[in-house]
Amino acid sequence: MNFFSVGFRTLFYKEILRFWKVATQTIAAPVVTSMLYLLIFGHVLEGKVQMLEGVNYTAFLIPGLVMMSVLQNAFANSSSSLIQSKITGNLVFILLPPLSHWEILSAYVSASVVRGLAVGAGVFIITAWFAHLSFVAPLWIVVFALMGAAILGTMGVIAGIWAEKFDQLAAFQNFLIMPATFLAGVFYSIQKLPPFWLAVSHFNPFFYMIDGFRYGFFGKSDVSPWTSLAIVAVFFAVLAAVAINMLRRGYKLRH
Amino acid sequence: MTAAIQIDRVEKSYKGFKALKGVSLSIEQGEFFGLLGPNGAGKTTLISTIAGLIRPDVGSVRIHGHDVVTDQRQARMKLGVVPQELVFDPFFTVRETLRLQSGYFGLKNNDKWIDEVMENLDLTAKADVNMRALSGGMKRRVLVAQALVHKPPVIVLDEPTAGVDVELRQTLWKFISRLNREGHTVVLTTHYLEEAQAMCQRVAMLKTGNVVALDTMSQLLRRVSGSSLVVHLKHGTLPEGLRHLVAHDEHDEGKNNGGNKYTLRVNAYNEVEGILARLREGGAEIDEMQLQQADLEDIFLQIMDGAPVR
Repeated sequence: MNFFSVGFRTLFYKEILRFWKVATQTIAAPVVTSMLYLLIFGHVLEGKVQMLEGVNYTAFLIPGLVMMSVLQNAFANSSSSLIQSKITGNLVFILLPPLSHWEILSAYVSASVVRGLAVGAGVFIITAWFAHLSFVAPLWIVVFALMGAAILGTMGVIAGIWAEKFDQLAAFQNFLIMPATFLAGVFYSIQKLPPFWLAVSHFNPFFYMIDGFRYGFFGKSDVSPWTSLAIVAVFFAVLAAVAINMLRRGYKLRH
Repeated sequence: MTAAIQIDRVEKSYKGFKALKGVSLSIEQGEFFGLLGPNGAGKTTLISTIAGLIRPDVGSVRIHGHDVVTDQRQARMKLGVVPQELVFDPFFTVRETLRLQSGYFGLKNNDKWIDEVMENLDLTAKADVNMRALSGGMKRRVLVAQALVHKPPVIVLDEPTAGVDVELRQTLWKFISRLNREGHTVVLTTHYLEEAQAMCQRVAMLKTGNVVALDTMSQLLRRVSGSSLVVHLKHGTLPEGLRHLVAHDEHDEGKNNGGNKYTLRVNAYNEVEGILARLREGGAEIDEMQLQQADLEDIFLQIMDGAPVR
């Protein structure tokens, strides 16, 4: 495994170039969408609810929106690239050269991380003007942003390999990624939920990504950031193992 | 010397359909080899197996001694494949496409060779044009260029001239011939049998997943021995004494090319005079006559029809 091989760097560069060439769609559009979420939810709920003690709702919402953008765009990058390549047939250009499974996975995931962080940064820069944000533990912000983007990038690889048509990928996105993100505490603290849904939320790995990320801003979270980090790290390791196994077996790629 | 491509007893099935039924072939280094067969014969499955895109159920494929499954990195470095489908990445220009492909093979700073490949395939003027804006023929040229960016010793062309104009064919064959002269092994599949006859030194014919013929081009052509004399009779019919010369398909099916037209096998030119004399003696008058040299198409049709090849 060589993360700095020419093969890895080329595939990573190609994935970056791919989304950068359509930056209006891949960067600007999700930033605008998040801005709309902030304007609507912030305006309606500001002063009416308080999720964390001493933190107003708009300030609470911003880290959630930033992380949601990071996660969704990291997933979109690897999954859409793979499904497009599979359907148009140009994935053959990746399958014919001597790229290892690790090179392929790490290149797709790294590019997804870059896109996720780029969108997240864009959302943060635009929304930060609307509330006073603190940065109690910036390292946690970086760690959870990176881990969250890497996890969703890996999930995108898995979904992109598994899906045979756009419809299947849309189902993966709409019935798995989207609910898991929305139900992870982007817009609320899970402590506000009834006991049953509070318990259910603890089985959602996305919750730990967002909760840990938010801790970096306010120093307050529903669970300890160390617990979140451990769960997130295990989740990433499991997903990476699944993705590598799919690539090694040539699942739906090499017949 | 290690074979350029060594294929041993390769079998491949899809949902009960056996696409390859124990194919064995050895293609030597520096050969220009043709892989022929009708649609569904298993050519593309075999090429995909060579390229590592399909994993065989049974058997093995080695490129310059490297197994395409167990030693895939080395095997893939030795191989350049031009896929049959006209595929491209719509996000990139021609030059970007070639640089990326070069990088996937671990080569950076490869612009000198990329420029040479583009020059030889008449792509230089399109270097900075997006792939989407290219014509079908131009896209085909880029596919060929992509297969060559890492200077592979073995080049596999899966129907590279399908649907392209004469100019590209000539440009392509000129460049591929040059690479072959420089020592590159070339494996070609094509439905244009005249191309295969002109380019290939040796040919394998596939039919329903089996190799049904494997020989040098000259030996294959010798097997169809000679020519055909096509005669269109104005009056009279073919004398009984000439009926045994009628091409097998016309004979078997009672056809005579419509009307009074017959295709007669001729082993040597001096037999023509005797045939004409017999026609005259039989009262037949010739309206039109044509002497056709046997070619690869003749033997291809005979083999695919399952007829014995002389």
